[in-house]
Amino acid sequence: MQGFAFQRAADAAAAIALGAGAGTAQQGARVRFLAGGTTLIDLMKLGVETPETVVDINHLGLDGIGRAADGGLAIGATARNSDLAHHPIVLAEYPALSQAILAGASTQLRNAATTAGNLLQRTRCMYFRDPASACNKRAPGSGCPAIGGAHRMLAILGTSEHCIASNPSDMAVAMLMHDAVVHVQGVGGARQVPLDDFFLLPGDRPERENVLEPGDLITEVTLPPAEPGARSCYLKLRDRVSYEFALVSAAVSATMAEGRIVTARFALGGVGTKPWRIPAAEAILAGQAPDAALFRRAADLALAGARPQRQNGFKLELARRCLVHALTQVTA
Amino acid sequence: MSATAEAPPMRIIGHPQPRIEGRLKVTGAAHYAADHHLPGMLYAVPVGATIAKGTIAAIDARVAEQMPGVRAVLRRGSFPALAAAKPDFASVADLEGTVYVDERRPPFDDDTVRYYGQYVALAVADTLEQAKAAADAVRVTYRAEAPEVDPALTAGEMTVKSERGDPDAAFAAAPVTVDQRYGMATETHNPIELHATIAAWEGDSLTVHEATQGVVNHRNVLAAMFGIPREKVQVISRYLGSGFGGKLFPWTHSPLAAAASRQLGRPVKLVLSRPMMFHAVGQRPAITQRIRLGAERDGRLTSLRHDYVNATSLLDDYEENCGEATPHMYATPNLRVASGLAKRSIGTPTSMRGPGAVPGLYALESAMDELAIALDMDPVALRLKNEPPLDQGLGLPFSSRHFQECLTLGAERFGWARRDRRIGSMARDGLTLGWGMAACSWLAERFPCSARVELRADGTARVAAAVQDIGTGTYTIMAQMVAEALAIPLSRVEVALGDTSLPAGPVSGGSMMSASLVAPIQAAITRAGEALVALAAGNPAAPFAGAKAGALRFAEGRVAAAEGNRQAVPFDQLLRALGQEAVSGLGRAEGTFPPKEKPTHSKHSFGAHFVEVTWQPELARLRVSRVVSVIDAGRILNPLAARNQIEGSIVMGVGMALFEETDYDPRSGAPVNASLADYVVATNADAPAMEVHFIEYPDTHLNALGARGVGEIGLAGTAAAIMNAVYHATGIRVRDLPVKLEQLLG
Ligand SMILES: Cc1cc2nc3c(=O)[nH]c(=O)nc-3n(C[C@H](O)[C@H](O)[C@H](O)COP(=O)(O)OP(=O)(O)OC[C@H]3O[C@@H](n4cnc5c(N)ncnc54)[C@H](O)[C@@H]3O)c2cc1C
Repeated sequence: MQGFAFQRAADAAAAIALGAGAGTAQQGARVRFLAGGTTLIDLMKLGVETPETVVDINHLGLDGIGRAADGGLAIGATARNSDLAHHPIVLAEYPALSQAILAGASTQLRNAATTAGNLLQRTRCMYFRDPASACNKRAPGSGCPAIGGAHRMLAILGTSEHCIASNPSDMAVAMLMHDAVVHVQGVGGARQVPLDDFFLLPGDRPERENVLEPGDLITEVTLPPAEPGARSCYLKLRDRVSYEFALVSAAVSATMAEGRIVTARFALGGVGTKPWRIPAAEAILAGQAPDAALFRRAADLALAGARPQRQNGFKLELARRCLVHALTQVTA
Repeated sequence: MSATAEAPPMRIIGHPQPRIEGRLKVTGAAHYAADHHLPGMLYAVPVGATIAKGTIAAIDARVAEQMPGVRAVLRRGSFPALAAAKPDFASVADLEGTVYVDERRPPFDDDTVRYYGQYVALAVADTLEQAKAAADAVRVTYRAEAPEVDPALTAGEMTVKSERGDPDAAFAAAPVTVDQRYGMATETHNPIELHATIAAWEGDSLTVHEATQGVVNHRNVLAAMFGIPREKVQVISRYLGSGFGGKLFPWTHSPLAAAASRQLGRPVKLVLSRPMMFHAVGQRPAITQRIRLGAERDGRLTSLRHDYVNATSLLDDYEENCGEATPHMYATPNLRVASGLAKRSIGTPTSMRGPGAVPGLYALESAMDELAIALDMDPVALRLKNEPPLDQGLGLPFSSRHFQECLTLGAERFGWARRDRRIGSMARDGLTLGWGMAACSWLAERFPCSARVELRADGTARVAAAVQDIGTGTYTIMAQMVAEALAIPLSRVEVALGDTSLPAGPVSGGSMMSASLVAPIQAAITRAGEALVALAAGNPAAPFAGAKAGALRFAEGRVAAAEGNRQAVPFDQLLRALGQEAVSGLGRAEGTFPPKEKPTHSKHSFGAHFVEVTWQPELARLRVSRVVSVIDAGRILNPLAARNQIEGSIVMGVGMALFEETDYDPRSGAPVNASLADYVVATNADAPAMEVHFIEYPDTHLNALGARGVGEIGLAGTAAAIMNAVYHATGIRVRDLPVKLEQLLG
C-alpha cells in the first residue's frame, strides 16, 4: 500500500472540490472517495489503486432510504447494503433487489458496503488485481493476459480484444432491471444518469468504466415505483453455496393477467462487462403465455453476440437456464 | 457404538471433553506466532520473483533503501550464505535428531529462479507498512526462460513401490476390467493463520516464534542452516491456526527472518501475505493416476495396478505417496504399484491433508465404483467380497481391521438398501439424488516422543512436551491422559507444549500425535510416582515412614503400602506431608515410523463414507447434502474432538471434490487465483449434514490405550464417495478433480 493523505470532507461541495483535482475519476485517480472501503482499501492494499488522497464521505448525510417524489425509492449513496436489503419498502416492493444484495459478499461486508461503492466495485479479474501482471484496465496498453489465461469467471458479452473483465455486482443487476437512475453531483452541478448509460463498455479504453468525471459524487440512486402486482426475484448461480461472485445471475420481474404475461423485464449478471439488459429480448414476452421455449428465445436474444473464450463458453447455456428458471418462477 | 469387553472403565478418557484452551482462543488471549511483539522489533516483507523460471539479472533497491524507516533490503550476498540442511526423511524417527525440509535450497542461495514467488530480496523496516512499501519499490530485472508448465504429467521413469504375482497376465485374462485415469488439480493448504516467523538473537542464541507443526525439527533445521549447536536455538509454537501439513517442515522465510535479525541486530517479524501462501510454502501437487482392475464375474479382484505421477519442483523430489493404501485395501493375488515424478517450475510440494493415501484412494475407490457398475454389482458388496485375510502387501497380519463392519454399519445407518442403482432414478423435493460410497484407510503409527509429568503439592499436575496442538485437540488429550491416570479432575492439569525447551516431541503429522503421546506420558507418571515413593520411604516425618520403597506402590495418583491396611494417600497430601513442592518424572517411548525394523503387524485405521448429493439439472446445481461415515480408529480418547476431526475432513473432501484448485497461468507459471476469494474452499453453507460413527476396537499393538490418531482418515475416500454419488445422480463420470458444473451441464 502506498502512503496517502486522509481527509474528511466537511460537506458534499468540499468533497467535490477535492475530487475535482484528481485528473480522472477512473483507474489511476489521484483522489478517491471512501465509502465502506471494502473495495477501495482492498485494492489499495493490492497496489491496484494508489490514490494520494482519500476523502471520507461517510458523514455527509447521504445514507437515507425512503420514498422518492414519484412514489418510487430513493436510496442514499452511503446507505449500507444491509440496511437497503432489509428495508421494509424494498422487501415489500423490490424483493429482487433485496435478494440480489443478500446473495452477495458476507454479512460483515454488506454492513460496511454502500450503494455507490457497490455500483463502483471493480472487476474480480485476477490479472487486474495483480499489479505484477499486465492488464489493459489497470495499466492501459500493457495487454490482456486474461484472454488466453484464466478467465472462467469473466465476461462473454460486451467484451473487446482489450478486455473481457466482468462486472461483479449483484445489486447493480437488480437495479438495472428496475430502471435505476444514478444521481451525480459534480463541479458543473447535478445530473441524472440512467444506470444502463452509467456503465461503459471496455472498447479500446477499458480503464474507463463509467461516465464519472473528476469530482463527481454519487448522491443517490432512485428507482421508479414498482409495477403493481409484479413478481420479481433474483437468481444467482455459482460454484459454492455462499460467499462467491456469480457465474451467472438474473434479476427478473413480471406482471400477469389471465395466465398471460403483461410485462416482463430482466437483466443478467456475471455475463457482461457491465450488468446486461436487452429490452428487445424482454419485449417478446409481453402478451405470451409463460413457456420454457419462449423464455429460451428471450434468453437467446439477450445473449446474442456473445463472444465466449475457451473456459467460459458454458456461461451461455448456464445463463439461459438461469433466466428460464427465474422467469418460470415469477410467472408461475 | 460397540465397546470392547476388556477395556477398563475410564472417567475422562473416552468422554467428550471441550478444548481446555478453547476459552483462550475465543477471547483472543491465546497468542499465535504472529501475535508476539518484541522490543525493538523490525518488520520484514519478502520480494517474490515475478517469473517462474530464469535468472536474476539485477536488483535495484536504491529507491527502496532511501524510503522512510527502511533498515535494509537484503538479497544474495547481504549475509553469510546459509548451509543446506541435508534433510533425511528417516531422521523423522529420531526424536532429538530429526532434520527434514521439503525445499532444500537455502534462501538466496543462487540467482536462479525456479518458481513464481521465490524470494529474491527481503525489505526490512521499522513498521510493516514501511517494509511493504519498500518491498514494492524494489526493481528486479530477470532473464526469463519459458517455465515448465505442461499440465500433462508424464514421468521419465517409474519406481515400483509394491508388487506381487503377475498383474499384467491376470489383467489380460480377466473377464471384467476397468482401466481409467484420474486427475487431481494442485491444492493449496490455506490455513487461516498465515505462516509467520519472529526471530530474535541474543549473542549467539536464536529464539524463534514460528507457526510450525514441528518445533524440534524446525529447531534442528535452523541450527543446521546457521551452523550452530541445537542447544542455541529455541523454537516456540504454542497455538497454531492450523497447518494441514503446510507447516510440518520449515520453509525459506524462516531462515530469512533469522538471517535478517542477525544481520541487523534486532528482532525481526516476517508474516507472509495470503498470495505468498500460494508460492513458497508448499502445496499438494497436481497428480495423475491410472488404475487398472481385473476381476472375475463374481467380483473377486484378480489384478490391481496403480500408477501415479505427481508434479514436483525442479530441485526437489517430493513424492505424493498415492499407493500407500493400495496394497492392503483389498485381496488380490496380482498387484503392482508404481510412481513417478514430473519436474515443473513450481514451488516444492509438501504434505497436505492426508498426503498419499487421500489422493490414492480417490483414484482406487473411484475405480472400484466403476468396477461395481461393470459387474452390475452393489459397490458395498464388491468391497465385502474382496476382504483380505492379511495385509498382502507386507505379508503381515492386521493389528486390528474392522473394515467390513464399517461397510455394513454405514450402509445400515445411511439406508443404503433403499438405493435404486439406476442413474438419476432417485429424487426428493424435486431434486435428483445421487448416492455413492467409498472406503478409506490411513496408517496408524507412532513417532518417538518424550514427556515430563510433574505432581504438585497443590493437587495439580503439569505435563510438558515439545509437541504441538495444531488445532486438533492435543492440549486436551494430554490433560485427559494425565487426569485419568492420576484420578484428578481435568481442570487440575496444566499442559505445556510447543516449545523446544520442553522434552522433545515429534512433528504433528500423519494423525499420529495422540498415539505417540500415550506411552511417554504413562512412563513419565510412573517415574514421577517412583520418585514420590522414594521420597516417602526415606522420610521419617511422612505417613509411610520406615516403609521400604519396594513395599509402596503408586497408582491412580495415590501411594499405598503394598501390604497391610495403610490407607492410600493422594500425591498432593503426601507431598505436603513431606514438605515437598513437587516431584516429576520423564518418560520416553520409541516410535514405529518410519519403521527401523520389519514390523510384526500392519497397522491402519479403516472406514467407509456414504454420501448423498442433490442435483438440479436445470440449474446445474450440485450440493453434497448428507454424509454418513463409520470409522474404525481404535479407542476414541475424546469423542468430541474426534468427531470434529472427521467432520472437518468431510468438509475438506467437499472442497477437494467440488472446489479446490490452484490455477497456474499457462504462460507465466504464476498461481493466479492466490486469494481466498478466488481459491474456493467449502464454506459452512456447503457443509452437508454429517453423521459420524466410531466403532471402537482398541488397537493395543499401537499403545496401551489402543488409540490411533483421528484426522486424515476422514478425508481419505471422501472425494471418491462424492464423485461416485455424482455419477449416480447424473450419469456423468468426471475423472478430474475438482468437478466443475460445466462438466455436468450435459
Ligand atoms: C470478499 C468479498 C466478497 C464480495 N462478494 C460480493 C458478491 O458476491 N457480490 C457483490 O455484488 N459484491 C461483492 N463484493 C463487493 C462488495 O459488494 C463491494 O466491495 C462493496 O459493495 C463496495 O462498497 P463500499 O461502500 O465498501 O465501496 P468503497 O470501497 O468505499 O468504494 C468503492 C469505489 O467507489 C467510490 N465511491 C464510493 N462512494 C462514492 C460516491 N458516493 N461517489 C463517487 N464515488 C464513490 C470509491 O472512491 C471507490 O473507488 C465482495 C467484496 C469482498 C471484499
